Amino acid sequence: MSYASFLPYLLVMALVTYAVRVLPLLLVKNKIENTFILSFLHYMPYAVLSVMTVPAVFSATGNVISAAVGVAVALVLACFKRSLLLVAASASAAVLVTELIMQWL
Amino acid sequence: MNRQSSFWQGFKDGLPICFGYLSVAFAFGIFALSSGLNSLQALLISMSNVTSAGQLAAVPIMVSGGTLLELAASQFVINLRYSLMSVSLSQKFDRSFRLPQKLLCAFVVTDEVFAVASSREGEVDAHYMFGLILTPYLGWSVGTILGAVAGNLLPAVVISALGIAIYAMFIAIVIPAARENTKTLFCVVLAVGLSLAFHFIPLLSKVPSGFVVIICAVLASTVAALLFPIQSKKEGAP
Repeated sequence: MSYASFLPYLLVMALVTYAVRVLPLLLVKNKIENTFILSFLHYMPYAVLSVMTVPAVFSATGNVISAAVGVAVALVLACFKRSLLLVAASASAAVLVTELIMQWL
Repeated sequence: MNRQSSFWQGFKDGLPICFGYLSVAFAFGIFALSSGLNSLQALLISMSNVTSAGQLAAVPIMVSGGTLLELAASQFVINLRYSLMSVSLSQKFDRSFRLPQKLLCAFVVTDEVFAVASSREGEVDAHYMFGLILTPYLGWSVGTILGAVAGNLLPAVVISALGIAIYAMFIAIVIPAARENTKTLFCVVLAVGLSLAFHFIPLLSKVPSGFVVIICAVLASTVAALLFPIQSKKEGAP
């Protein structure tokens, strides 16, 4: 793709993406006191992550079985409050082992 | 916490995001090249946007010669959830933040950075945020160029295994919070149920994924906030 047509795309894309991120940070200056808004903001991160994880995680690997094994490993370790890095690495390792076994069978 | 220990705490918390990003960006690099962009163009997109879903949607629009308006609209919808996150982060940042620091941190407000920052107890300072966003940004950029240049060299099974890293990290953030607080658990279960509904119910599954995240998250958080308002900071309000 030529840069003459690429660069306008790049510029527009970067501007829109940055605008949605930076405007709320600049516009909301005071500490919010409203109980409903505070509660909403407390729940929102967990809701976003849950929506993004299910069901997408089950198609994130080579097949749904290895993904399920990875999810199971992550769930167990997360229940024991292990670090983010350990949970992520263990789930990846579990997926790798599962897919190697499945190839071998 | 002093500046330095604050920075290193953020740095440590950012590493799993970095590894997750390496793999996701790697996949993006492969995708961008196979779509007809060159390695530098793929890298420029990653370095100036840092948004997985947005970038995946943008490349086909670019190579098919779509209008700038179409590109802008798609990015707006897919990335609108970052606005919610920025509102939440505006409450999480402590008073030490100056304008340039906010401008810089805003550039790397991603799902993962947001999730880790909001799971910290109390407020976060600018040095924590710098530590937190540094390696994810590098991982996103380096992963893209690696995928673009060497995508065909890595065995498929390794790429596949790395694909779950980001989601495992989400699980590691959500589950402990849901175990500790049944109100949060309720919100999580509701969000998952809505997400499944949007995936499997015929008419709802036509809604673009950027909208699905916003609709489900806003609905679940609103219902949870109405049913179980959080009264004091002790209960974990931001």
